[in-house]
Amino acid sequence: MDVEIARTLDGALAYLASRPDAEPIAGGTDLMVEMNFGRHRPKAVVAIDRIDELRELLVAHGRVRMSAGVTYARMLREEIGSPAMRQAARTVGSPQIRNAGTIGGNLGTCSPAGDTLPVLAALDASVVLRSASGDRRVPFTQYMTGPKKTIRRHDELVVAVEWNDAGDAQVFMKAGTRNAMVIAVASLALVVDGRRSRVGIALGSSGPTIIRATEAERFGEGLMDETGWGRRRVPSDAALAELGSRVAAAARPIDDVRGTAAYRRHVLSVMARRAFARAVLLA
Amino acid sequence: MTLAPPRPGTLVKVRGVIGESPQRPDAADKVKGEFAYASDLRADGMLVGSTLRSPHAHARIRSIDVSKARAMPGVRAVLTAADLPTRELIGLMKLDQPVLARDVVCYVGEPVALVAADDVDRAVAAAKAIAVDYEPLAPVSDPVAALRPGALQVHEKGNIIDSVRVVHGDVRATADVVVSGEYEVAMQDQAALGPEAGLAIPDEDGGVTLHVATQWLHEDLRQIAPALGLPERKVRLVLAGVGGAFGAREDISLQVHCCLLALATKRPVRMSYGREESFFGHVHRHPARMWYEHGATKDGRLVYVRATVVLDGGAYASSSPAVVANASCFAAGPYRVANALVHGVAAYTTNPPAGAMRGFGAVQTCFAYEAQMDKLAAACGLDPVEIRVRNGLREGDAIITSQPMVGSAPVAEIVRRCADLPLPAERIPTDPLLLPGGTGNLTAGEGVVRATGYAAGFKNVCYSHGFDDSTTARVRLMRDARGPIARVHTAAAEVGQGVVSVMLQVTRTELGLERVELDTPDTSVGSAGSSSASRLTWMAGGAVQAACREVVVELDRRAAARGVSRRDVGLPALLDEPIDRTVTYRHRPTEALNETTQNHGHVAFLFAAHRATVDVDLGTGLVRVVQVATAQDVGKAINPLAVIGQLEGGIAQGLGLAVMEEIQLKDGRVRNPSFTDYLLPTILDMPPVLCDVIEHPHPDAPYGAKGVGEPPTISSTPAIVAAIRAATGKALNRVPVRPDDIVFGNESRSGWRIAPGADPATAERA
Ligand SMILES: Cc1cc2nc3c(=O)[nH]c(=O)nc-3n(C[C@H](O)[C@H](O)[C@H](O)COP(=O)(O)OP(=O)(O)OC[C@H]3O[C@@H](n4cnc5c(N)ncnc54)[C@H](O)[C@@H]3O)c2cc1C
Repeated sequence: MDVEIARTLDGALAYLASRPDAEPIAGGTDLMVEMNFGRHRPKAVVAIDRIDELRELLVAHGRVRMSAGVTYARMLREEIGSPAMRQAARTVGSPQIRNAGTIGGNLGTCSPAGDTLPVLAALDASVVLRSASGDRRVPFTQYMTGPKKTIRRHDELVVAVEWNDAGDAQVFMKAGTRNAMVIAVASLALVVDGRRSRVGIALGSSGPTIIRATEAERFGEGLMDETGWGRRRVPSDAALAELGSRVAAAARPIDDVRGTAAYRRHVLSVMARRAFARAVLLA
Repeated sequence: MTLAPPRPGTLVKVRGVIGESPQRPDAADKVKGEFAYASDLRADGMLVGSTLRSPHAHARIRSIDVSKARAMPGVRAVLTAADLPTRELIGLMKLDQPVLARDVVCYVGEPVALVAADDVDRAVAAAKAIAVDYEPLAPVSDPVAALRPGALQVHEKGNIIDSVRVVHGDVRATADVVVSGEYEVAMQDQAALGPEAGLAIPDEDGGVTLHVATQWLHEDLRQIAPALGLPERKVRLVLAGVGGAFGAREDISLQVHCCLLALATKRPVRMSYGREESFFGHVHRHPARMWYEHGATKDGRLVYVRATVVLDGGAYASSSPAVVANASCFAAGPYRVANALVHGVAAYTTNPPAGAMRGFGAVQTCFAYEAQMDKLAAACGLDPVEIRVRNGLREGDAIITSQPMVGSAPVAEIVRRCADLPLPAERIPTDPLLLPGGTGNLTAGEGVVRATGYAAGFKNVCYSHGFDDSTTARVRLMRDARGPIARVHTAAAEVGQGVVSVMLQVTRTELGLERVELDTPDTSVGSAGSSSASRLTWMAGGAVQAACREVVVELDRRAAARGVSRRDVGLPALLDEPIDRTVTYRHRPTEALNETTQNHGHVAFLFAAHRATVDVDLGTGLVRVVQVATAQDVGKAINPLAVIGQLEGGIAQGLGLAVMEEIQLKDGRVRNPSFTDYLLPTILDMPPVLCDVIEHPHPDAPYGAKGVGEPPTISSTPAIVAAIRAATGKALNRVPVRPDDIVFGNESRSGWRIAPGADPATAERA
């Protein structure tokens, strides 16, 4: 296996363009597992973890740009313009994994259980892709097309994700049968964006892609319109229950070794009720 | 640190004797990551071995074509059953397992062929290139169905590996209060952090030396030598660094394979399983189905216990006979009951073989009988502590096999002392990190209920039922430039439990000498027996103590010959010649198993009680264990810190079985052979543990020390589940308890109806 250590973004992109059998490696916390299991052995890798441009983090004028090389550990330490993203970062793996793992790698793998992904979906974030021939910017929901499937071309790198600062009323929750270091059985990100009068709700490990619970979002917006955005009034139990069942209805869960479809639907509705109640108090 | 040699006649306080907690000799290396585990072994010119395993639970092998694999570059040997030097079978208690499958495969993962190659990648690629033509056969997946008349036979002699009946008092006794239930324990993995590994080096005499991580060198030898067609003297075993065992290393895994490849290639061969292969390469805890009925007086005194226990032994016997014996003998728990009828069976199926795991047999039935005791308490209006205190065994009471209790603290005292330990602060936290779901941020208190549960359990120590259980120790006392030194040689396997410390401490205590060193365990000294059944503190402690005492006799003889006393003249003066003594220690003989009475079927018993406090999120069905308190009678804490380590570690394993650890099987196939999906408790799952270590010496045991390792795993699981039941009101008749079970109140049903105590062959479809 050839190993190329890139120092610049252009260098990495040029290498990828010249070697169709090469793959980027950032923290290696997904790729090395695949290699160790013998499931995947790329002919060449280009290490992108030493590229300064990929480590930038910009939070300014209500806009956030998080470069692909930002690790979970940094998300916990620095201002990142999204409380839900920070909560998601906290649930990832163990300290070792959080020190090495990056958001770019989460997007590179793009598993339905990737913990940053529901947050990106709920924030309406965009993914910035770059190749030797230029940039493109796609909404996250278009970026992911299936389990571990994206529209990224081989010669492209994810260079950053961008979103509008949506305020403090955000919650990320993840259910798993262990109190830490567990792959999501189901997860949910919920954003109540008072500035834009928008509710974003996205579900992880609940279908082949991250799922936006659009019906529940509209219902949530309706509730906020009634009670008043920014009024910090928790809706009635009945209203929350309705929100929960709309979220559950949006899911397309399966039975697998980590949990049953029935449990996934159930816990999604519980998470939705609790997250919404928690978020409106943070508005 | 060097110490000035003591002047003759002066009394020096010897450090690191029994009752202290000296640092383990391997501690620093292990903490620094410098300890050499078996997987770190290497030798010049070493090849790497790999195993081809069956993808079918049950299939006939029509043919095996190795021509492609043999022709691959860097491949030095490819072996199938046709290449084996003998047709000898292997097995711990019954020789029923082929070294490589010949005509049929009986479980997914059964070894079919071996490869030795220059490196791992080539070895794995060659194994994949072996073409095996299988004719799939119907699997035998349900152990109860396997026991019924007309069931498809896994092997020729029927599907009963072993069965045990315990008949005690009046088997038809009746009672005012009756509670019953069906219970299930799923398959747990030992999940030792060091996967199986060994290095075999061919010797010039045509023999082989095997460095291997195992629990019992001599038992391995007993099975390996015949399988290789070699006399035992030509097979030498040396203990390599063991990264945990918990029972998984009692059986042969790669031992024979590694030696075969080394002998075939005349080169050193290392085999080292990865985590996934490890799940297929060792036995697991027996899954169990149990049908129970308890009868009691209105004031909660047990009148009878009847139970049928079916253990899924999988494709080969392994230690199933001992596991079913334990499950049956201890089926009523540590309680006084005049009448009992127990029928336990271990069945052959085409599931992965089950065998030893910490607390074996006792773990399964304890989950059931403790649930029954709580049901009884509820039915009689007693609290869980009172029902256990009322029925707990006292010294002199007999268990259901009629054996009286000797040298153990009364169960009532253990339960009370456990209950008296401080409870956690009452307030439920608000930080999600400390609540069920942990980092998942699921609740700040919403839906959370706190409750507490109790359980008590017991088990035998050492090997039972007439087994000739022994440990040999060789102690040499000599003098070198720095003064006197003792060297201790045993075959005792240090698997993490700390037997190395025990042997050092015993020697220091007996010889009054701090400088003691341990030789590497190997088969050049007599057997130590297994690092299992909580037995090595007793057995290796006893053997080393006895050998030291013979050394002291010789010292006294030498002193007397000079007309001085040993103490006055001091050690160095008496060691012009070294002293070398080897002793084989045996515990009191035990009696063979029979249906009704054995006054001494077991050597002695270990008792513990656990109290668990849990927070349960009723919305998500997730659990956070808040605290576990335990009281355990250890006889004598030879090394108090190591005792606490065993108590905490055993509770972690019990917690795992209670709420997350399960090998999920589908048609005999393991669905989660990785630590991604086989969940072990992390530090955020493990609560603080309060320990009350009770020292009630056993008259037969060296220093009264009874052994510690298993009870922490036995009753911690049912205590945690009792707490979850108390929080949720759900029946929860299965472990591990899954979030689904809490949310939806699922109950586990085998689909079979069996009268508790009846032969499971009489099962009817429910
Ligand atoms: C023990 C353990 C626990 C874990 N727990 C969690 C968890 O709780 N939640 C969770 O979501 N994940 C978890 N993971 C998975 C993993 O840590 C994350 O997905 C992480 O974000 C991957 O980042 P990385 O930088 O290590 O990626 P790498 O392994 O370096 O790369 C992953 C994939 O992305 C590609 N890639 C990397 N960077 C880019 C880029 N900039 N542009 C395009 N492609 C790129 C690589 O080619 C590769 O295909 C865990 C992993 C382990 C080993």
